[in-house]
Amino acid sequence: MAAPFELSDDSVVVIIGTGAGGGVLANELAQKGISVVSLEAGGRYLPEDYINDEWESFGQLAWTDARSTSGDWRVATDFPGLPTWIVKAVGGSTVHWAGASLRFQDHEWKTATTYGNIQGANLLDWPIDSAEMAPWYEKAEKKLNVTRTNGLPGLPGNNNFKVLEAGAKALGYTEVHTGRMAINSTENQDRMMCQQTGFCFQGCKWGAKWSSAYTDIEQGEATGNLEVRIKCHAARILHNDAGKVTGVEYFDADGNLQMQAARAVCVAGNSIESPRLLLNSASSMFPDGLANSSGQVGRNYMRHTTGSVYAVFDKPVRMWRGTTMAGIVQDEARHDPSRGFVGGFELETVSVGLPFAAAFLDPGGWGREFTSALDGYENMAGMWIVGEDMPQETNRITLNTELLDQHGLPAANVHYDDHPNDVAMRNYAYQQGQAIYDAVGATRTFPTPPYPSTHNLGTNRMSENPRDGVVDRNGRTHDIPNLFVSDGSQFTTGAAENPTLTIVALAIRQADFIAREMSAGAL
Amino acid sequence: METTASCRGLTRRQLLSRASAAGASFVVGAGFVAAPDAAWAAETAHLDARVFATLVQMARDIYPHDRIPDENYVLAVKGYDSAEAAPGITAGIAALDAAAQGKGFGSYLDAGWERDRVDILRGMEQNAFFQQIRGGLVTGLYNQKSVWPLFGYEGESYSHGGYIHRGFDDIAWL
Repeated sequence: MAAPFELSDDSVVVIIGTGAGGGVLANELAQKGISVVSLEAGGRYLPEDYINDEWESFGQLAWTDARSTSGDWRVATDFPGLPTWIVKAVGGSTVHWAGASLRFQDHEWKTATTYGNIQGANLLDWPIDSAEMAPWYEKAEKKLNVTRTNGLPGLPGNNNFKVLEAGAKALGYTEVHTGRMAINSTENQDRMMCQQTGFCFQGCKWGAKWSSAYTDIEQGEATGNLEVRIKCHAARILHNDAGKVTGVEYFDADGNLQMQAARAVCVAGNSIESPRLLLNSASSMFPDGLANSSGQVGRNYMRHTTGSVYAVFDKPVRMWRGTTMAGIVQDEARHDPSRGFVGGFELETVSVGLPFAAAFLDPGGWGREFTSALDGYENMAGMWIVGEDMPQETNRITLNTELLDQHGLPAANVHYDDHPNDVAMRNYAYQQGQAIYDAVGATRTFPTPPYPSTHNLGTNRMSENPRDGVVDRNGRTHDIPNLFVSDGSQFTTGAAENPTLTIVALAIRQADFIAREMSAGAL
Repeated sequence: METTASCRGLTRRQLLSRASAAGASFVVGAGFVAAPDAAWAAETAHLDARVFATLVQMARDIYPHDRIPDENYVLAVKGYDSAEAAPGITAGIAALDAAAQGKGFGSYLDAGWERDRVDILRGMEQNAFFQQIRGGLVTGLYNQKSVWPLFGYEGESYSHGGYIHRGFDDIAWL
């Protein structure tokens, strides 16, 4: 049930983005009786619309607006115009995500303290910690119906998991299981059980995987307090002379510029678009962009120390069958500098179909070295490395004034250089990943470079001191009391875990804060 | 995407009588390229048939899969047979032939061993023409559903009810 609000209605909270952060926040506020207008740049697609075909689905869902890249990361060479693989649609990247739902480890909230001075890294402790977040994680796990929490069973292991499990155990790893997944392992709540279809990245056609697209957004709309405007691209956040935000200018589905008035604005457009919007909102009062007195808007871009290991065996694996990422080795997630780097990493099953294997196994590769690898596709297993990368001030989102998007707005340039710690971690992870597969008879292994980023973090980071970051412990910007950041760009540091559960937990917590501030007349 | 190449009503004898051999792999005639045994043929509208035959061979040499028939490579590059693309392709193939001549072959197609052709390609792999063809093949070849079974890939599974009863965990050799 859409609840149409007037453009001039300045009692509404405007949320930009409908993914893990914005979508959850919208529902949580709507449930509390707060009026919300959500601006979503993409269209609305539901399980019946999702496509079990990698490229066709990519065309349907991916964010492919103009962007540029720079830095020494391989993505800038392999995919110069496509720094990320994220979604432009209602639900944001919760349509595409694989469902891995892990809490941060205690020390990952306090990396500056735990890791010490790492040259070139802009480490900072989060102003919050595990104890603060525990009740919010609990709510998030219940909302997402995460397996191995609240008495829910784990998902059954598919072939790809069985290979990972056998190899990991042969190496002596012990924390090996089918993961904590926001994919139903039983029939319950409103979502059915996983049917082991594969294509988790293309949107779950059964709705077994949690996505805000068909849970929180629909629940919020049912209250009558939430209006979602699709194909509406936020262009600029406006403010008054008192330095408070007053509304959002956006291009509607017909390309016309509109302005929605607002009581408060929450930015949740993912870690590329959120800082871009703040930077594109520069004014005479805020010449460096909104909420940027620290100069940290757009900086400390993190994307996890990713990479993959694929291996070919002498017999079939058929890794594409079943849940894509229901498999994990957690032994390496600990902080143990004796390995030659700080922080840790998770190893998680991953698979791609043949079309994406051709694109991502060895980007740019050709000839028989490449094609003989694909000839082994049926016998291939795969794992993904998800490790903590170092925040660096120079890894950042900037406005590329030479490259305009379809609305004439400066596009984002995404600059990323690997930190030596990232390189050391990735190389160690490659070595361990290859050893896992060698232990069960791999005939050939492939240390595959990172794909376009799916975990985009840190570009509006949370800090105790306004000097060090963009938002406070509640995601409220230090500079502007009615402007919030509600997505992964809040992350002070990235931890080793897939970020969605933490984004959801922060959004539930932020909704509680905003509602309390409103009740108190402070917002 | 175009339908698969066909013989367009020509008998094998008619076809071969109107064609000349180009390298070992193709026969070319006026506006068509065919397999030596006429198992398939493709008509060209904008590209010279010999240029097109060279392009097909180049495609196979970049992504050689011995179990993928020529038709799939033809289909993968058929999109370049357009008024817009033809001049660039013609120039690119001319450069490829020139490079082959620099290595002592009459043309790219005259280099009989794959290793010799790959050696020619290695010398130009950084240039825009090579990257255009290679990049286009990533989707042009591997996104053809008819090649997927040759890799064992099963494609969409939703309409079959997923793999929950169809072997998601059937690995038996571990």
